[in-house]
Amino acid sequence: MGSPMKIRAAVKDGITEVKVLMGHAMETGLRKDADGALVPAWFITEVLAKHQDKVVLDAQFGTAVSKDPYLAFRFKGGVKGEKVSVTWLDNKGDTRSDEVEITEKV
Amino acid sequence: MVNLERRQVLKTGGALGLWGVFASLGLMPSFAHAEWNKTLFSAKSMNEALDLIGAVLPENSGDIQLNVPEIAENGAVVPISVSSTLPNATQIMVFVDKNPNVLAANFNLPAGTETFVTTRVKMGQTATVIVLVKADGKLYRAAKEVKVTQGGCGG
Repeated sequence: MGSPMKIRAAVKDGITEVKVLMGHAMETGLRKDADGALVPAWFITEVLAKHQDKVVLDAQFGTAVSKDPYLAFRFKGGVKGEKVSVTWLDNKGDTRSDEVEITEKV
Repeated sequence: MVNLERRQVLKTGGALGLWGVFASLGLMPSFAHAEWNKTLFSAKSMNEALDLIGAVLPENSGDIQLNVPEIAENGAVVPISVSSTLPNATQIMVFVDKNPNVLAANFNLPAGTETFVTTRVKMGQTATVIVLVKADGKLYRAAKEVKVTQGGCGG
């Protein structure tokens, strides 16, 4: 199920900024291990972020996204205490969802 | 639910079992959105990717701000930040023209989401980061070269 994501969602002046750090190997399928064997591709393909029940970001990743992907984005609205959730899905069918409450940015 | 069924068919091997269990328990993540485009994410050149999108390389736009380092000491972690003042932007695509697969990431922006995204990508060698932003159905481009002193895709 992957390791927990670190998510921060902070609202300021009516805009919520979301920062996400996912834990994932993001293997390209092109790297060789110490024995010279190719390490199979293993990477997040899709990321879906929601504010309450509304989709606020719908992303697809290729193998070029760095290990332990970082993502930041902003959406209009958001109130302290409301929820932001992020779900990823990888090419092996593994998936993980985490959510946080929006805080007020000072 | 059509998407979910199709997705199940697309899954292979051991994942099928777990996915099936999720589906039967109603725990299916709600991925009823844009499918991962395997063909596009496997494109080996910008020309191939543009053909697949059905577009020609658009002109550079001054309304897209692309922030990348001029020199990346570590090609495994190159920060990329894109923002734009183009009205009605719905999509941001990030390409690295010299990578084995040129498309690094695609972001679909629902109404209400700002035209702003930051992430980090791998670059195998010195290359040009090309960003396409779709706004009002039209594509706009920004591009910057990043000099990579140590590649990020090696073994």
